[in-house]
Amino acid sequence: MGQKREGCWMPHQYPALTTEQKKELQEIAERITAPGKGILAADESTGSMGKRLNPIGVENTEENRRLYRQLLFTADERMDACIGGVIFFHETLYQNTDDGTNFSQLIKDRGIVVGIKVDKGVVPLAGTDGETTTQGLDGLAERCAQYKKDGADFAKWRSVLKISDNTPSELAIMENANVLARYASICQQNGIVPIVEPEILPDGDHDLKRCQYITEKVLSAVYKALSDHHVYLEGTLLKPNMVTPGHSCPQKYTNEEIAMATVTALRRTVPPAVTGVTFLSGGQSEEEASINLNAINTCPLGKPWALTFSYGRALQASALNAWRGERDNEKAAAEEFLKRAEVNGLAAQGKYESTGDSGAAGQSLYVANHAY
Amino acid sequence: MQVMTTQFPSLSPVQKKELSDIAQRIVAPGKGILAADESTGTMSNRLQKINVENTEENRRTFRDLLFSAVDPNCIGGIIFFHETLYQKSDKGVLFPQVIKDKGIVVGIKVDNGTAGLNGTDGEMTTQGLDGLSGRCAQYKKDGCDFAKWRCVLKISDACPSALAIAENANVLARYASICQQNGLVPIVEPEILPDGDHDLLRTQYVTEKVLAATYKALNDHHVYLEGTLLKPNMVTAGHSCPKKFTPQEVGMATVTALRRTVPAAVPGITFLSGGQSEEEATQNLNAMNQTALHRPWKLSFSYGRALQASALAAWKGKAANKKAAQDAFTSRAKSNGLASKGEYTAVSSADQASMQSLHTANYVY
Repeated sequence: MGQKREGCWMPHQYPALTTEQKKELQEIAERITAPGKGILAADESTGSMGKRLNPIGVENTEENRRLYRQLLFTADERMDACIGGVIFFHETLYQNTDDGTNFSQLIKDRGIVVGIKVDKGVVPLAGTDGETTTQGLDGLAERCAQYKKDGADFAKWRSVLKISDNTPSELAIMENANVLARYASICQQNGIVPIVEPEILPDGDHDLKRCQYITEKVLSAVYKALSDHHVYLEGTLLKPNMVTPGHSCPQKYTNEEIAMATVTALRRTVPPAVTGVTFLSGGQSEEEASINLNAINTCPLGKPWALTFSYGRALQASALNAWRGERDNEKAAAEEFLKRAEVNGLAAQGKYESTGDSGAAGQSLYVANHAY
Repeated sequence: MQVMTTQFPSLSPVQKKELSDIAQRIVAPGKGILAADESTGTMSNRLQKINVENTEENRRTFRDLLFSAVDPNCIGGIIFFHETLYQKSDKGVLFPQVIKDKGIVVGIKVDNGTAGLNGTDGEMTTQGLDGLSGRCAQYKKDGCDFAKWRCVLKISDACPSALAIAENANVLARYASICQQNGLVPIVEPEILPDGDHDLLRTQYVTEKVLAATYKALNDHHVYLEGTLLKPNMVTAGHSCPKKFTPQEVGMATVTALRRTVPAAVPGITFLSGGQSEEEATQNLNAMNQTALHRPWKLSFSYGRALQASALAAWKGKAANKKAAQDAFTSRAKSNGLASKGEYTAVSSADQASMQSLHTANYVY
């Protein structure tokens, strides 16, 4: 059985995972995206943390990063009801609270799943219009095995695509889909649920339709690659962009239109076996990210996966502002974080009622899904 | 430099709505498809078994028997063969009109059969793309609203090959794209034959690979999924597999494979019956609809033999047997209508009991 023959694909299964491994992966994915729960993306690299701390006048030191993550991770029990998983950056996984408790252990003991960013950033694709792929596959199996020992049960890898007249190119789509599938395959071998993140940047003046079209093409390629690489879909999560117009698009769209375009794109490409879709917030404000997530969950189309959040800035912007590096502000900052966490927990169930507009204005602009 | 991501919309919103509405009507709750598109050659096989001569009139008489009795509560669409589309009922009404008057959607087989793929172990592709657009336009005028195209793959040590998978996925996508341009909902049929001694898991694995390739091709060809239907094989063990599997296992393996590959935007999946007996095909469909996994598409039937075998056997070409044949057909149609809702109860309690006791818990497919 399974002899290799020249030029022939051998249609035999060499099972990548045992039944027990599959069960473990699926259960982890389900715990992260349990009803009302989403992910706190606290995996800002050292460089990215600099961009967050600079505007609030805080020096980007290891201690300040530790103090900041501590105030989030020690927030009160309200966090446990709406946060199913936390994504760590490598440094943070090995930091401790003031009283010496390891952060990873702290989060785990709260019943929240620990995740780890494992990619090593973007690198250019020669011969393209400034497009990139993502590196980090070298030694990834060994790193995953160690992270699993150190408490992580899921991982995250971010690929990036952009929309312009010339992009994304076929190469960028194919290469990023392939590298995401390799990463996912390696994670699963080590008991780690891979979050697959093919982010299409919102930069540009393209409209909603263009973003939807490209999102469908990208996701179709991603799931073909995952199938080719024998990835167990029930033990994965998807972290896509919402379908939105470009930042400089002159036309404005309602939250319902964004939701309809997003859900339509996912329905056409993401197999029902995928346990959950945890949206990135991109450049959206905290409130925008929550309202859009809520609209997605109230969109009147069948949605066979959990639809929730994996937010960084959209969970932390107010908290950072309230903290400003002062220990005395920690409680107030944690309060801001919990507020956003609870709002997004409601949005993930379609139960968030924003005090702002939407409502009647949103409903009157509802467009039948055949136009999408 | 290859740029693939500029949209040149292939369908207007009005066209999309029409296609989507047709697909929804075919797989409305409790309904499935009667595959009455046997070619002249295939009808010869059917009629020979009951000692009936394969004449045009006999073929007309048999289809008339079915179409005059067909119940629109359990049949949402009927697939025609070209010849039948232009034949008339005993009362002189064109068959498509008879069907349409009952509120059932008319479909047409549009492929021209299989052709060999050189350099493979006896694998095939399917032909029929030449002039397909013009043919579809004419069929639409003549009353059709959906089409069917059958591709065939087989399982063996060397098959299906990467070429067979890619080529058949591509030709299905071309066919689907052309159909939609002409207002016809394409039924996409990538049949994996049940011949062989492979087990259930092997079929599941191959089915997942084939369907993943099919939906990638449909996406590449800009096909509007909400205006299509899928007609796959159920995931079963090969005919000569020594191990037997229950309808529950078939249901679980099939639904798992579909969940991993078929986007939720596809409104319905209408299984082919392959070599299954009438009862087997009904029980398996029923098990699909009782599987404890979320199914975002309708799971229904597109049966030929599994709807007509008893009717043919009862008819034997004799006018006196017409009612008996119609009753047999109606009974199967009703049973499958129930099975498409997971509400079918097997005739004998022994069947039920045996099904339950063989249920395998917990296996992760």
